[in-house]
Amino acid sequence: MDQQVPIGVTVNGVRHERAVEPRLLLSDFLRHELGLTGTHVGCEHGVCGACTVLLDGDAVRSCLILAVQADGHELVTVEGLAPPGGGDELHPLQAAFREAHGLQCGFCTPGFLMTLVPFLREHPHPSEPEIREALSGHLCRCTGYQGIVAAVRLAAGSAP
Amino acid sequence: MTATGRYMGARVRRNEDARLLTGRALFVDDVHLDGMLHVAFLRSDYAHALLRSVDVAAARRRPGVVAAYTAADLGDYWRPGPLLVPPPPIRGLVFHARTQVPLARDRVRHVGEPIAMVVAESRYVAEDALEDIVVDAEPLPVVVDLEAALAPGAPLVHDDLGSNVAAHAVQRKGDYARARAAAHVVIARRFRYDRGAAAAIENRGIVAQWDPRAEELTLWDTTQAPIPIRNGLARLLGLLESQVRVIAPFVGGGFGPKIMMFYPEEVLLPWAALRLGRPLKWIEDRRENFSATTQERGQIHDAEIAVARDGRILGVRDVFLHDTGAYDPYGLTVPINSQCTLLGPYDVPNYASEFTAVFTNKTIVTPVRGAGRQHGVFVIERLLDFAAKQLGIDRAEIRRRNLLRPDQFPHNHEIIFQDSAPLVYDSGDYAPALERARELIGYDGFVQSEQARLRAAGRHVGLGLVCYVEGTGIGPYEGARVTVEPSGQVRVATGVGTQGQGHFTAFAQIVADVLDVEVDQVHVVTGDTREFHWGTGTFASRGAVVAGSACHAAAVRVREKVLELASGLLGAPPDRLELAGGRVRVRGSSDSAIPLGELALRANPLRGAVRPGTEPGLEATAYFGPDRGSTASGVHAMLVEVDPETAQVEIQRYVVVHDCGRVINPMIVEGQIQGGVAHGIGNAFYEQLVYDEAGQLLNASLMDYLLPTATDVPAVEMAHHETPSPLNPVGVKGVGEAGAIPTGAAFAQAVEDALSDHGVEITEIPLSPNRLFELIEAARSARAR
Ligand code: FES
Ligand code: FES
Repeated sequence: MDQQVPIGVTVNGVRHERAVEPRLLLSDFLRHELGLTGTHVGCEHGVCGACTVLLDGDAVRSCLILAVQADGHELVTVEGLAPPGGGDELHPLQAAFREAHGLQCGFCTPGFLMTLVPFLREHPHPSEPEIREALSGHLCRCTGYQGIVAAVRLAAGSAP
Repeated sequence: MTATGRYMGARVRRNEDARLLTGRALFVDDVHLDGMLHVAFLRSDYAHALLRSVDVAAARRRPGVVAAYTAADLGDYWRPGPLLVPPPPIRGLVFHARTQVPLARDRVRHVGEPIAMVVAESRYVAEDALEDIVVDAEPLPVVVDLEAALAPGAPLVHDDLGSNVAAHAVQRKGDYARARAAAHVVIARRFRYDRGAAAAIENRGIVAQWDPRAEELTLWDTTQAPIPIRNGLARLLGLLESQVRVIAPFVGGGFGPKIMMFYPEEVLLPWAALRLGRPLKWIEDRRENFSATTQERGQIHDAEIAVARDGRILGVRDVFLHDTGAYDPYGLTVPINSQCTLLGPYDVPNYASEFTAVFTNKTIVTPVRGAGRQHGVFVIERLLDFAAKQLGIDRAEIRRRNLLRPDQFPHNHEIIFQDSAPLVYDSGDYAPALERARELIGYDGFVQSEQARLRAAGRHVGLGLVCYVEGTGIGPYEGARVTVEPSGQVRVATGVGTQGQGHFTAFAQIVADVLDVEVDQVHVVTGDTREFHWGTGTFASRGAVVAGSACHAAAVRVREKVLELASGLLGAPPDRLELAGGRVRVRGSSDSAIPLGELALRANPLRGAVRPGTEPGLEATAYFGPDRGSTASGVHAMLVEVDPETAQVEIQRYVVVHDCGRVINPMIVEGQIQGGVAHGIGNAFYEQLVYDEAGQLLNASLMDYLLPTATDVPAVEMAHHETPSPLNPVGVKGVGEAGAIPTGAAFAQAVEDALSDHGVEITEIPLSPNRLFELIEAARSARAR
């Protein structure tokens, strides 16, 4: 178990080299090794979607991937969405979530955002059933999803 | 002064959102401290067993393990937790308090009860070490079913009690036997409600740190009640309250179980952090959450209603069993809520209600969003449905005939509520809400023609229409401190924690209106005992009501200070001054306006004298304690389509008309209702904690325990109907639980209505597709016979 494997990943444009245990989950690596705690963990069995990040541009569940499997890949987490600088400027999707009350406790939110970024890239004008289908791989206990659906429509410019 | 202004009632975007959306918001698991160790718990696999021995020696030897503890290591610190809510003063009440223990000592009473605790350099190693622990346990017969638990010779959860009765209470109003004798019809049924999980997406978690230099213990905790946790821990650990700081940072959903205290982990981590001199972290995983975090909703009701020929309720009698799980630290809050909420918005002149709370070998029961109210609503609404059917009265009409009239408020129901006060409704006007819901769902058109037309086309569409009330915003009190800073920005500190209800914004709106500043200039801090240490917590839909009123009162006091100070500077009496846009000026004059920030500076001079009797600064602290709760109410209506072959149910429309008094922020209120309805839909059709006869939970993962997703929950159509509460200056009533309360009753009525040609009668929740299929089949074969 002590065996450590060297890996190199680029996260939000920054290169990181680390030695990790082979069994370390990518979610734990991001959160606890790199301190990127915006990626949340709700189930660690691939159902809730809170841990979703982009791996080479695709949404993946970081609780189902080992850190060593991310070796050599590009990752984006929720911290990488808004323009850098830590100001209050938001990514348009984040702004739409705020506008349409797409979050309450906000715990599930980073996961939803990371799934929706590639979704909107591939479906710039989604229908409501398409939106709901896209959201259905994520769990939110607070919002009842309506604010999230509205936020996606707003971000897609298809709000009524 | 009552609350008015440009922000009251406005759809203000939330102040907290930017932090949450960018991943900057701090949740407990985000806390990282130097030298931090990680904790894992060995939990019981048995629902009921004698513990002969627990051997942690091998675990202690594993590299990376720093400590391993069993109950024996706790010494005097081992003791059962406190009784949180002492039972109310109901005559003849029987109540046996048996509260949870930190680590099981000689007996385990439910699956998931902690037996040993391991502290290691990483969570991975701590979990490895759990495998090293050797437990010698002798399984005992298990109590799962509520009725079997009371049968003679049943195994005993607490054998010193001689039975599994945790409590017994009778409450009466009027004379039910007389009412029954005078009734045209008496309808009796048995109703069941089963357990679900609160299932906040964030599991529980704790970080504990002892700072030997400051001699201060800091606890980051996903609790809904940071102040009581601090006070209790100080007592347990022999520290001053001021030496303990509890922070409930951003919390990823509460829904009730996070107000439970003390969870074993909450007393064990601080204790071990003190001993080891290193910070400790424990984060519950989802599997633990299914057995170690409290649950709710198992009840069986035998109820009957006595009605007159015209459908008027003459009386109701209800005898029910309440599953309290292995321990009952939360007292009788849940069954008393069931008992009281059954009366609903109706005039029930005679009521006889009796319950028995029962110990079982299952996870502890404490309030989960709704807190027992679901059951009461389900029973009365279903009884009214059956009465309507039998009397040939329309179901909306039988409800209308029984609603309390506006001239009956305040209305005293003559029984005792969970806050130990008599159940009195403060205000309400129910008939217009019912009418509005009928209109919105298109009731008349549907029942008169649409349903028959659809049925002729082979479609099974049904309508549900139910009413409810919810006692909200109970005492004892909350407080708030409002400070104008020299920058002109305003800071508000309050003791309640927040789990997504928008307190950072709603409280800011209240204060911004009183001080006439921009809402984003008001910074709210919640849930940190160093910032504010008087109060109780976020429960019973009380945050906006009680803490919001305290914020209002503190802001009003600050405003008085502002005007008084400016009066001296401007040479005009306070009543000639106006406070607008963050400045004070003499009314009608265009010059010499003083900004709030400058006044704050002047109120804290570095030289000169402060007049005797005045306080420095523009700051005030105020408290608010309502005598009793304010009663929110509403009507839910839904249309469902059922496929009788597959038992799939599709919710076509969902309408909520609700009265939560004055609405501070409609966007937040609508979000609470939409979310509550989603939770209610889950409870009604998707979610059920399935225990086998051995007390094992069979679906302890989110793969097997189904939460509703975006494709299951419709957009809820809402109408607000405001009758301001006279009990607080803001006029608000709570809304946090309302969406989830009547959903099961509406769902049952709608599904039954859709299947009226099958003769299915629904008396239980949850109804999974499988269970509904069974009911349809049973009705079919009954007709075939
Ligand atoms: S934490 Fe990864 S899917 Fe739930
Ligand atoms: S906002 Fe709380 S879980 Fe989605």
